Amino acid sequence: MSEMIDIALTVNGEQVRARVEARRHLIDFLRLDLGLMGSHIGCEHGVCGACTVRVDGDIVRGCLVLAASLDGARVDTIEGISDTGEIRDLQDAFIARNAAQCGFCTPGMLMAAADLLKHQPQASREEIREHMSGNYCRCTGYQAIVDAVETTAKARAAKA
Amino acid sequence: MKAPRFSYVRPASLTEALNLLAEKGPEARLLAGGQSLLAALAFRLSDPQVLIDISKLPELTGVTRVGDKIRIGAGTTHSALGRDALIASAVPLIAQAIPHIAHPAIRNRGTIGGSLAYADPAAELPACVVALEADLVARSKTGERRIKAADFFTGLFSTALEPGEILTALEVPVASASDRCALVEVARRSGDYAMAGVALKATLAGDRIIAIRPVFFGLGDAPVLAHGAAQALTGGPPTGERIAAAKAALATDLDPPGDQHGGPEMKRHLAGVVLERAIARMTNSEARAA
Ligand SMILES: Cc1cc2nc3c(=O)[nH]c(=O)nc-3n(C[C@H](O)[C@H](O)[C@H](O)COP(=O)(O)OP(=O)(O)OC[C@H]3O[C@@H](n4cnc5c(N)ncnc54)[C@H](O)[C@@H]3O)c2cc1C
Ligand code: FES
Ligand code: FES
Repeated sequence: MSEMIDIALTVNGEQVRARVEARRHLIDFLRLDLGLMGSHIGCEHGVCGACTVRVDGDIVRGCLVLAASLDGARVDTIEGISDTGEIRDLQDAFIARNAAQCGFCTPGMLMAAADLLKHQPQASREEIREHMSGNYCRCTGYQAIVDAVETTAKARAAKA
Repeated sequence: MKAPRFSYVRPASLTEALNLLAEKGPEARLLAGGQSLLAALAFRLSDPQVLIDISKLPELTGVTRVGDKIRIGAGTTHSALGRDALIASAVPLIAQAIPHIAHPAIRNRGTIGGSLAYADPAAELPACVVALEADLVARSKTGERRIKAADFFTGLFSTALEPGEILTALEVPVASASDRCALVEVARRSGDYAMAGVALKATLAGDRIIAIRPVFFGLGDAPVLAHGAAQALTGGPPTGERIAAAKAALATDLDPPGDQHGGPEMKRHLAGVVLERAIARMTNSEARAA
């Protein structure tokens, strides 16, 4: 039982070993300890979604997960899923639809949208809005973001 | 804000967790999904010395059928409940509640045990378990006991759990073919805690209601079973007249405090609205409970 905890986990496919303060949340761990600045911190108490990342394949609020609890876990961030090309089409649609303005919410939006496209590839506009409703954007007014996700869903369906 | 300093331990078994909890006493807090606790710590609303992480304990997860009951492990996440076939068929009220709880990223971590133990007065699951007459199973170093859901919620964010106890599971009667259920709420934004909501379970004979438990959330310090409204609805089909009588009975059933959403009068009005909608949904054949 200690304030410093040793963890070994996989981040974007790479093995990472670290000693973290028990109270350190996943986003501070990614940003400050690993230098992965793609995941953002907005509210730091679970409300805004800017910190959305994947743990063991599922999206989570990174600000509401302790790094100390992630021994043995697999973490994927916006850097990781960009590098693998998994969301290339989604990112292109965000650009084409002007779905990023200041960009602060964008990594979280992309993580949440990628999750929807994976689990509900046929999602309607209403379902897209519902799934993304936990991610706040202070710039775009959301329509462009919903457009981009919808465009990607339709394009993938047409290809399949 | 950053959470205050604390230490952290992840016991490998329920026994080990119970021993740690007994040893550390009030300095310790259990950490399940962390979706309420870590948010509260970020606000520095409490200052525990140690968090005991029970989120990975195999003894606490899973949904199984045991006789005429469904046993739900306290550590089962909201997401897991939402995609569980047994929950969908045998405890449809909980299946209906899940999409109203926060957002997918939060549902992936938050647990039913955490929600019940936290006892937020506006949360859906506490009202559901009262409507369903579930038994909650609490374990301590010295043994296990069952607490009726109706006796579990003792006030604002407080429960009948004693120091040293972990909520390990809940047991819910399997819905029968004559059962109906519905959960309806009003919230400012999708995923927010409800301004007002109702979870109800009824037993029908033909179109007659022979028993009904409407349990309101966001309308008191804890889930509120509306006895007067239940009485007004029992004994016949839910006609406009009976529904009007039930809504009128809410005046004495409920005594909602005002909150950030509005005053008691608005809350009372919303209570009537959600009750009427829930009855409509319950009688619609799609809402068949079994
Ligand atoms: C932005 C946001 C919106 C939300 N909206 C909703 C909503 O609309 N409706 C809703 O119901 N909830 C909502 N929640 C809360 C969410 O449902 C939580 O998952 C839940 O309240 C707590 O579950 P947890 O597993 O995360 O518990 P934790 O946060 O880990 O723990 C909560 C408390 O319960 C105790 N505890 C946990 N498990 C046990 C156990 N097995 N035995 C004894 N004590 C235990 C802990 O010690 C702690 O005090 C929201 C949360 C956030 C961040
Ligand atoms: S920073 Fe995590 S939800 Fe806002
Ligand atoms: S683009 Fe600025 S917050 Fe969304």
